[in-house]
Amino acid sequence: MNHIRTIISKEWADIRRNKLVFSVVWGVPLLMAAIPIVMLIVMSRVPVSQSDYAELGGVLKNPLFAGMSPTEAMQSVLASNYLVLFLMMPLMVPVTIAAYSIVGEKVTRSLEPLLATPVTTTELLLGKGLAAAIPGVVTAWLSYGIFLIFARIFSVSDRVFSVFVDPMWLVAMFILAPLLTIMAVNVGVIVSSRTSDPRAAEQLGSLIILPLMVLFIGPLAGFIMLNATTFWISAAIVALLDVGLMHLGVKLFQRETILTRWK
Amino acid sequence: MIRTEGLCKYFQSDGHPIKAVDGLDLQVKEGEVFGFLGPNGAGKTTTVRMLACLIGPTAGRAWVNGLEVGRDDLKIRGDVGILTESPGLYERLSAQRNLAIFAELYGVKDVPGQVEKYLKLLDLWDRRDTEAGTFSKGMKQKLAIARALLHEPPVVFMDEPTAALDPEAAKTVRDFIETLRGQGRTIFLCTHNLDEAERLCHRIGVFRQQLIAVDTPEALRRQLFGRQTVVHLAQLTDQMVASVRGLSFVQNVEALPNQGAAGGKLVISLSDPAAQNPAIVGALVGQGAQIQFVNELKHSLEDVYLSLIGNGR
Repeated sequence: MNHIRTIISKEWADIRRNKLVFSVVWGVPLLMAAIPIVMLIVMSRVPVSQSDYAELGGVLKNPLFAGMSPTEAMQSVLASNYLVLFLMMPLMVPVTIAAYSIVGEKVTRSLEPLLATPVTTTELLLGKGLAAAIPGVVTAWLSYGIFLIFARIFSVSDRVFSVFVDPMWLVAMFILAPLLTIMAVNVGVIVSSRTSDPRAAEQLGSLIILPLMVLFIGPLAGFIMLNATTFWISAAIVALLDVGLMHLGVKLFQRETILTRWK
Repeated sequence: MIRTEGLCKYFQSDGHPIKAVDGLDLQVKEGEVFGFLGPNGAGKTTTVRMLACLIGPTAGRAWVNGLEVGRDDLKIRGDVGILTESPGLYERLSAQRNLAIFAELYGVKDVPGQVEKYLKLLDLWDRRDTEAGTFSKGMKQKLAIARALLHEPPVVFMDEPTAALDPEAAKTVRDFIETLRGQGRTIFLCTHNLDEAERLCHRIGVFRQQLIAVDTPEALRRQLFGRQTVVHLAQLTDQMVASVRGLSFVQNVEALPNQGAAGGKLVISLSDPAAQNPAIVGALVGQGAQIQFVNELKHSLEDVYLSLIGNGR
């Protein structure tokens, strides 16, 4: 446990001193948090016509929006759809950090002394993974909190606000988001330990975002209904994937290949 | 303290096995500074990596500090310090932070105390808060040495500790390694620098994929070149050379006349110069020789190394 804590603190110290990465870690999530907030404010001021309301179509079948006026429905549907961004937020930066974590140390030649310490592969990967994941999750929660403050002020009614604090979103933010982050970070670390080029590692790692776009596009296209069950099922699947990926990561981490084959 | 039996490491390249280390049998005693000499690509770094449990052997066995490589890897890693070819520091972090991280990873009890001790020992205390990336090469190397010693390991591997350093920095590092002699640590030193090996090491091993020779520098010299006395003469005649050749204990005599002058020198191979030199001097004086100097011919470690590497080729 001490080894993991040391690796995390080392990674964070390194990130803090890298101004570009540090500003991206905090800047990108806060920027993304602005999108649903702007949506919320705009929809509180723009009158909604019947035809706009009708365009929401299948989305309105979600019991969450039952009995809402067109303005309430429009504001809650659009803003909550963009809340899915909060699930992607903890992935984007951590996956980049994780993807660089092993290959980056190899490039700067600091990996060999680190591998020479009595640190196990599991401790090393967990430390690096958590160091990347924790800032992502914390910034996502912070962004969600900021969004809720704005939602409290700009929601056209209490019913709209209640959509944003529905248990569905609490499951999404506090269970699914951390699990997704762990998954993304695991993928990032695996890619990092199998690729000898830092740029390739970052690009490959960022591909993990793509499957999540389904959660963003699906509800708008009407083939996925966002509700607590959807998120619980997603969380269960992702939790299983996390365990599998963690084992895979440890198995695929070849100290010898990293030290002797990578130039 | 370090023992290997038939240690091998093969790598695959284009489907063909490349022998990096081929059947290394070696024993390094506790408290010994052992120099591991060999040309580039000889397999020195691979050997160190195997002994420090960074990579696994293809065949053979090895023990470090009584623990077997491949079985007790975590314990071995905790018992050894390693100075890698490149310092590999966290360049954005301060010198103190760099050491503190490794002290924690090695499980050092008094982290601040040990960090302070080694920063002071290596004359880096005043720069403790400076980012390691701004250090000169010599300072980086000293910081890397401190990192290797923080947990007071009984066995230390040093891979080319003075390579790429300017003479002044190299001397500082070498002087520090010299202070480690006699502290009871076993030091396994890979180097190209033969003067360094001569000065620091109790024994040396000349290695290229296989161990070519291992002994003290002095013993290797004797094995290769024997013991030789050089007699400088004001005049060198055939009678003088014949008088020395006539002595029964003389193994070989080489006459080297001075260019464009009457004098020259005799290089005489002997088994026991201390006992046999007086008879040689007597024989030469009997022939009317004017002796200018008598001294023992010392072959450099470079001669030994080149001779061994040449024979091993």
